[in-house]
Amino acid sequence: MTVKDKVIAIIAEQAVLEPSDVTMDSTLEDLGIDSMGLVESIFAIEEAFDISVPFNANDPSESDFDISSVRAIVDAVEKLVAEQS
Amino acid sequence: MRRVVITGAGTINPLGADVPKTMEAMREGRCGIAELDIRDLDRLAIRIGGQILDYHPEDRWNRQQIALYDRYTQFAMIAAEEALKQSGLTFTGDLAARSGVVLGTAGGGLQTSDENYRTVYEEGKNRVHPFVVPKLMNNAAASHISMAHNLKGPSYTVATACASSNHAMGQAFHMIRSGMSDAMITGGSESMLCFGGLKAWEGLRVMSKDACRPFSANRNGMVQGEGAAILVFEEYEHAKKRGAEILCEVSGFAMTSDAGDIVMPSKQGAARAISGALADGKIDKSQVGYINAHGTGTAANDKTECAAVADVFGHHADELMISSTKSMHGHLIGGTGAVELLACIMALRDGVIAPTIGYEEPDPECALDVVPNEAREAEVEVVLSNAFAFGGLNAVLALRKH
Repeated sequence: MTVKDKVIAIIAEQAVLEPSDVTMDSTLEDLGIDSMGLVESIFAIEEAFDISVPFNANDPSESDFDISSVRAIVDAVEKLVAEQS
Repeated sequence: MRRVVITGAGTINPLGADVPKTMEAMREGRCGIAELDIRDLDRLAIRIGGQILDYHPEDRWNRQQIALYDRYTQFAMIAAEEALKQSGLTFTGDLAARSGVVLGTAGGGLQTSDENYRTVYEEGKNRVHPFVVPKLMNNAAASHISMAHNLKGPSYTVATACASSNHAMGQAFHMIRSGMSDAMITGGSESMLCFGGLKAWEGLRVMSKDACRPFSANRNGMVQGEGAAILVFEEYEHAKKRGAEILCEVSGFAMTSDAGDIVMPSKQGAARAISGALADGKIDKSQVGYINAHGTGTAANDKTECAAVADVFGHHADELMISSTKSMHGHLIGGTGAVELLACIMALRDGVIAPTIGYEEPDPECALDVVPNEAREAEVEVVLSNAFAFGGLNAVLALRKH
């Protein structure tokens, strides 16, 4: 499974959707994922890839981790995996 | 209606090992938050906290006592001793039979749990100390205070996360006002600065790695602290008759539930608790000069709290002062409201408003007078103390100058 597929699977599970319903352009808001769902997704991503994601729930927009769309999250995770492997 | 006053206060917290030292630190805007000294710190991402340093329980208690007193119980015992000494009350006969302890704590004997989980899980041992249960239980501190001071009336522990102390003090207030008791020992204690306690908070991703800066635009989360404060609540005529020194009056209390989200606060829930406390104390909002904020330094709390205050007070919100002493001692979770009540007593009795330190940049969503960085001299008649817990449980106390 690629990083992209795995991230989409995690997000889909959180959103209670099929992975095929999650597109790269979807935002977390589109998918109905709230702040707690986001924190849980990040935890799942960290566990799945054995990485540490720089994310502060107080101000997600100020974090180094871009969560503006599924594509942004996939890109950020690929970068972290490359850096931290 | 019976009136309730405070005739004793005691504490140990990151700012000081007693009330005078704590108030001095609050006046000076001193910070009690620093790098933590705990086991396995290198496995934590959050490495700061309001820890009580230079602490030596063995100077105060013998081995048998320490075997029964978790760190949170120790803090509560130290604070209770100071508070009762100041009050001058001794409990015998009918007074003892009707007086008790209502204590707030969220984690109880969490240090004991943490240490003993290590023993059985990490070290693989199959035997633990025989007193693990009486040491870790949530009511241990209330019970030990009752034993040490012969308090034979109603005693129990209130656990409502970050509002535990305020709920506890509100209960003690109600018990005296209703005639159930003439004197109650109340407040809160917490000691969550252990690996497991911090790791759990880290998971929520709302902790700051560098400082607690409530209401400042550049805030980045909360910082945990530890410690206790204990107050002696007493019926007014009872206190007056014996010539006790009255620190201030407790005049109103209200509690509400958001019935909304398990972690996100609600402006309506907070506002209902604030206006409820005013109504309960028959207080006109123009009389309120200072609010000790819940002010955790998280975006969610600070914005919601300021909006709730603005809603309740209207134009008067711009005239009152509101500060968060968590910037100095950190968030003592179940003990926090009790330590923060000391800032309220200082405001009413001494006319000194504790500052919000670490304040660097104004936030348009928190556009109130947050007493930035330096304490201020001001005469205030009525103050409020806010506590808004995870789980949406809110408790606000109103206090009046005596």
